[in-house]
Amino acid sequence: MTTTAADTRAPSPAPSNGPDRPRPPRRRTRAADRGFNRAFRYLATSAGTLILIALAAVAGFLLWQSWPALTSSGSEIASKVSFFQGQSSLASYLGPLIFGTLLAAAVALAVATPLAIGIALFTSHYAPRRLASLLGWVIDLLAAIPSVVYGLWGALVLAPTIQPVWQWVSNVLGWIPLFKGPAADPARVLLTVSLVLAVMILPIITAVSREVFLQTPKLHEEAALALGATRWEMIRTAVLPFGRSGVVSAAMLGLGRALGETMAVVMILSPGLTYSFALLLAGKQQTIAANIALKYPEANSLGMSTLMATGLALFVITMVVNMASRWVVGRRKEFSGAN
Amino acid sequence: MDAWRSGFQSANSGVTVNYDGIGSGDGRKQFLSGAVQYAGSDAYLTDDEIAQAKTTCQNGDVVELPVYISPIAIAFNLKGVDSLNLDGPTVAKIFDGKITKWDDPAIAKLNDGVKLPSTAITPVHRSDDSGTTQNFTQWVKANAGDAWPYEPSQTFPVKGGQSAQGTPGVAQTLQGGEGTIGYIDSSQVGKLGSAKIKVGDAFVAHSPEAAAAAVAKSDVVSGRATSDIAIDINRTLTDSSTYPLVLVSYDIGCTTYADANTAALVKGFFSYVVSDAGQQAAASAAGSAPLSSDLAAKAQAAVDAIKLG
Amino acid sequence: MTVLVSTAFGIALVPLVWLLWTVVGRGIGRLDPYFLLHSMRGVFGGMDAGGIYHAIIGTVWVTVGAAVISVPVGILAAIYLVEYGAGGRLARAVTFFVDVMTGIPSIVAGLFAYALFSLFLGPGAHFGAIGAVALSVLMIPVVVRSTEEMLKLVPNELREAAYALGVPKWLTVIKVVLRTAIAGITTGVMLAVSRVVGETAPLLLTVGVIDSINFNPFEGRMMTLPVYVYRQFTAGLVPCNNPNVTCIPTINYDRAWAAALTLILIVMILNLVARLVSRLFAPKIRS
Repeated sequence: MTTTAADTRAPSPAPSNGPDRPRPPRRRTRAADRGFNRAFRYLATSAGTLILIALAAVAGFLLWQSWPALTSSGSEIASKVSFFQGQSSLASYLGPLIFGTLLAAAVALAVATPLAIGIALFTSHYAPRRLASLLGWVIDLLAAIPSVVYGLWGALVLAPTIQPVWQWVSNVLGWIPLFKGPAADPARVLLTVSLVLAVMILPIITAVSREVFLQTPKLHEEAALALGATRWEMIRTAVLPFGRSGVVSAAMLGLGRALGETMAVVMILSPGLTYSFALLLAGKQQTIAANIALKYPEANSLGMSTLMATGLALFVITMVVNMASRWVVGRRKEFSGAN
Repeated sequence: MDAWRSGFQSANSGVTVNYDGIGSGDGRKQFLSGAVQYAGSDAYLTDDEIAQAKTTCQNGDVVELPVYISPIAIAFNLKGVDSLNLDGPTVAKIFDGKITKWDDPAIAKLNDGVKLPSTAITPVHRSDDSGTTQNFTQWVKANAGDAWPYEPSQTFPVKGGQSAQGTPGVAQTLQGGEGTIGYIDSSQVGKLGSAKIKVGDAFVAHSPEAAAAAVAKSDVVSGRATSDIAIDINRTLTDSSTYPLVLVSYDIGCTTYADANTAALVKGFFSYVVSDAGQQAAASAAGSAPLSSDLAAKAQAAVDAIKLG
Repeated sequence: MTVLVSTAFGIALVPLVWLLWTVVGRGIGRLDPYFLLHSMRGVFGGMDAGGIYHAIIGTVWVTVGAAVISVPVGILAAIYLVEYGAGGRLARAVTFFVDVMTGIPSIVAGLFAYALFSLFLGPGAHFGAIGAVALSVLMIPVVVRSTEEMLKLVPNELREAAYALGVPKWLTVIKVVLRTAIAGITTGVMLAVSRVVGETAPLLLTVGVIDSINFNPFEGRMMTLPVYVYRQFTAGLVPCNNPNVTCIPTINYDRAWAAALTLILIVMILNLVARLVSRLFAPKIRS
């Protein structure tokens, strides 16, 4: 959590360098690149390369394991895998799962992002300094609570407590397809899951947003205040525009985490494989990760392969989301002039 | 299972029997690949799997023992009602979502004198693949006729609705909502109400004795080795002393093991499980039905077929 | 507006307080030395017994295993990025994919480890080391990122002073750069450990479930704390059918809460120690 990432990242001569001695050429031109020096360089380089290999291996092994399912016809899988019955093809099985995964994560994001921005602003621009650092610590703590504990709490405490609330929501807002009633009792529904996911991704979105808000150039803020802006106007005109892309990438990081969450979903949701937006009805949606955890114990080898294929899809989705968020961050660096 | 391991371990100190409650599919897979020495499963091996098991078993025979007979209860949570009479077609329509209110005429017709509320019915099924679902759907299929258009399967075939993982998960979900109904191992019924199912012309409540009777009156799958006691449960028994909605779990092993020690251990464990003491331990811990004496003798004979060394 | 922002903050605190309150309230009753020092061997039904000793052993082994794999690889990769690769094409690729790797869902890491070992050992292998591999996939990028940040904080003057004295580069890196950054790196590693110690899904797939104590991470299943919480949760309420046996209906949930509390305590202690390390031993290089 350092705020210094931006100014130390540039590989060009660090500002503190006195007598000019550009860094990059140094490593090649040094005469002493042999013996231990060379061995150590190779060691470090191979560790770096190992990471690339590991990532490639993850993709490769998933592909290899899911190959039997990818190359079998839908009817062939259906004849051997019990959870596949009634599906015509791998795509028809995967479709609702992807839909459910995205829906759960999107709802969680919709709940978490505004809250996270609020907290981030509170700690960066409203709270007294001491309080702010304490609060930052509390938020970090929230991030450190294991997902299985969230699941336990969600299933045993939150779901029973919140059922009347969902009942009320479906009575009042039932005309919106999202909240179509009657709300399921017990509340093992997607909205409960998304709520728990929102709490889980809140810390990461908050932490990243807060870093960005803190990086707002002081000059901009003071200029706004000097022009007679109130604190909120200052935030609206100086801080938020500056932090927008940072918040977007923070939200995407949170999205990536919500997409892959397993335990909380397994423990809370009554799953089902449909393309339904009804958040308060039971047995309508399921996420990829939860489906794997639920189905793998009874899966035979082709069934395992089918699950691997869904895992591959999840891997690809989270990769895309992550890459997109890095891209947004990268762009911000180029244009912001923050350093 | 836990009660047996506990009993066997305390009788044979220094021995650890591990049972990874991972699920029948994985257990069978691992047994067939030789990764484990024995497996417990809620379904007997298919002919294909027996052929595969030949290599694991050093060309010996497969030992399959019915060790755990558990009635499956149709349990529900409905204020003021502890017992209901239900027949196959009604159960099918409830779980298929065709009957949605507790005071539906189809239910009322079977339950004269019971005051049924108009609460909505919430059917709860297993979200994981399970032998319980397999046995339940087999029974419904055999008893509901046209009302149940689905094939028996480990995966619950109807889309949507409440579901939960494992029998305890279903039991918890049943208790968590009003008007819920689900199928669970009878040992987990606890405070929930449970249905009497129609057998012949009578309505029979689940009980270990009736379940054991149903298994005793069913036939052993023919054409298999004598050590392979796979039972084809007759779901359409008409004898009112039987409860054919029942699950039989098997312990699966080999007659021949490469390692004499393993053979002795497996044999010892299996003997304990089918013995009176073992069956009683399971009955008191889990509420399962002890094997009938006839079946226990057959099972013991199958265990004796395990060769030591 | 102040009100709105403060409200957002208040709302966010609700689940945290509620959750901690529940976990402590329901878990503290069973969390005693007996619970910490006994396994689940021979425990069944509603017996008032059983503990998490085996799960603690398993968690320690699997986490230490993950750290043994991740820390050297992560630190060396960070050294490569900062000291050797700077700006090169490979380094840029590594930086990018380390970022991407932080986003790998934990269950995918579990599937990967499962697939990797089934290549060598056939399907269905379950033991501690597989879980360690799965966790290290999640842990390596965190270690790389935090170490990288720390190495970048080491001022160039230190390196150049060492070179001027004729110290070879590899020694400079080890003796000067790493030593300066060691507190920060330790903090990063501990935070990474606290992140993976609560992972459940990958361990469920790779390490399995067991009731007895297993000290060998290379053979046989192991129980781990998060999986233990999950298992006790799925075991659910016990229907106490036999009035002659002492039986607590909620025993499984009680154990789950107590184990959850233990897990949270472990994570919190790791976090606290990590922060203390960075505060007490940090080199005073930035004002």
